Amino acid sequence: MTKPESFITNGIRIDGRKPEEIRPITIEVGVLDRADGSCYIEHGLNKVLAAVYGPREVHPRHMQKPTTAIVRFRYNMASFSVEERKRPGPDRRSVEVSKVSREALEPVIFTEYFPKSSIDVFVEVLQADAGTRTVGINAASVALADAGIPMRGLVSACAVGKVDGELVLDLMKEEDNYGEADMPLAMTQTGEITLLQMDGNLTPEEFEKAIEMAQEGCKRIYEIQRNALIERYKRDIETEEEPLETPEEEPVEVETVVENEAEEETSEEVESE
Amino acid sequence: MNDDVMNQLKKDYLYKLMLENKRADGRNFEEYREIEIQTDIIDKAEGSASIKLGNTYLVAGIKIQPGEPFPDTPDDGVIITNIELLPMASPIFEAGPPREDAVELARVIDRGIRESKAIDLKQLCITPGEKVWIIFIDIHVLNDGGNIMDAASLATTAALLKTKIPEKQYQLGNNNNDDKRLPIRNIPIATTATTLENTIILDPTNDEEQIAGTKLTIITNTNNTISAIQKSGREPLTPTQIQHITTLAKEQSQKLREKFLEV
Repeated sequence: MTKPESFITNGIRIDGRKPEEIRPITIEVGVLDRADGSCYIEHGLNKVLAAVYGPREVHPRHMQKPTTAIVRFRYNMASFSVEERKRPGPDRRSVEVSKVSREALEPVIFTEYFPKSSIDVFVEVLQADAGTRTVGINAASVALADAGIPMRGLVSACAVGKVDGELVLDLMKEEDNYGEADMPLAMTQTGEITLLQMDGNLTPEEFEKAIEMAQEGCKRIYEIQRNALIERYKRDIETEEEPLETPEEEPVEVETVVENEAEEETSEEVESE
Repeated sequence: MNDDVMNQLKKDYLYKLMLENKRADGRNFEEYREIEIQTDIIDKAEGSASIKLGNTYLVAGIKIQPGEPFPDTPDDGVIITNIELLPMASPIFEAGPPREDAVELARVIDRGIRESKAIDLKQLCITPGEKVWIIFIDIHVLNDGGNIMDAASLATTAALLKTKIPEKQYQLGNNNNDDKRLPIRNIPIATTATTLENTIILDPTNDEEQIAGTKLTIITNTNNTISAIQKSGREPLTPTQIQHITTLAKEQSQKLREKFLEV
């Protein structure tokens, strides 16, 4: 990879985006069978998988907390996810990313509902192209909802960077490698910031603007996350309705209606949370 | 459980003080504790500094050795930053491989130095692609009185400003002595604020840290730009709080820089 001569020509970035545009995102919910909740996100060239287990018993036992659940977050990059093979296993970067990602999600989880238990989040980066920690948080947040973990809302994350002296939303690889700043941010639906990091060089004014831009990006990502969850559970209701309609003998209509209503209520709760 | 009880008592106490606009040690919310820096305290190291920030006491040592550059930056010197939270420094620190809080501290300090371009790495190239100077920054925390981040950042910068390249010892370069200083271009300084309920305080003590929600570290450069930011902790922050802390950091770092580091 070589440094492009300029990152922005006539207001268009090297991958055709405008400065405040995010990369295309597709989200699939409930892609893993064994996990309690899971999510697969393709975000630009990033391919990231998240799985949630729990609430479950804590091992080792001394880690358990008498009044709340503990949240554990493991961010891992596959050795083939980057151009030059990454040595497998945790390194200092992944330890830090895991820590800040966990702290980004903890504020929305009702950990007090599950004392002495653990909620384990696993994020696997299959292909990396800048911004993997934000994609990991987005995937984990959806996977937590898919696992039915009670939450105050979703967490959405997005990075702002600086290239050619201009602030741009959602850096891709070249912009990240040769750019002048990178600032990942995560926030709740209500706009509270749960993750904030920055490296590079920003003036205080740029920093202020960067936060606003990142929040705009998070809002857009939130809509995509929400729609993915609605899609997933709409499908569930539709497929479950069919077998209920087919029996042609004695119609047990009253029961069916009740069950359907119950289904709809719970699914809507999940969607709007 | 014992700790939980103590924490709750301390929290109640500190919280009550806060409502009266007070802190346990009598400082106001935006005041730093007394700072004492000593440089060149380890003769064997190429650069060193110790700092006392209130009860926090730590030593930063810089070793410089020739070595191989990273393949993607063949003519740049290398910085390796490590922080040891020694078990002697606090009852909650344990011996063994660094835990995530130590890794985070080291990486934020490293980012501040790297991203501010405090050291001109191009000047640390000996033979392009083969040999460069490697700067090992090792921070040993001897007593945790809180706010290790700011103490470590100050000590590291103080030590780097006094660091000499051992050209003679390794028979490299055309210098016949070891007094060539590191090429320092910027003086990054970390300022850490923590939130206690809705109040923002600077330079938290270890008691305050234990009950604090979240810490936000801002590393500011000589020209007032920001080279690194790190939020650490599980409570969220509002954009207003972040802006407020940024302003405080700008003022505070300028004070610290003038007082201790501008040579």
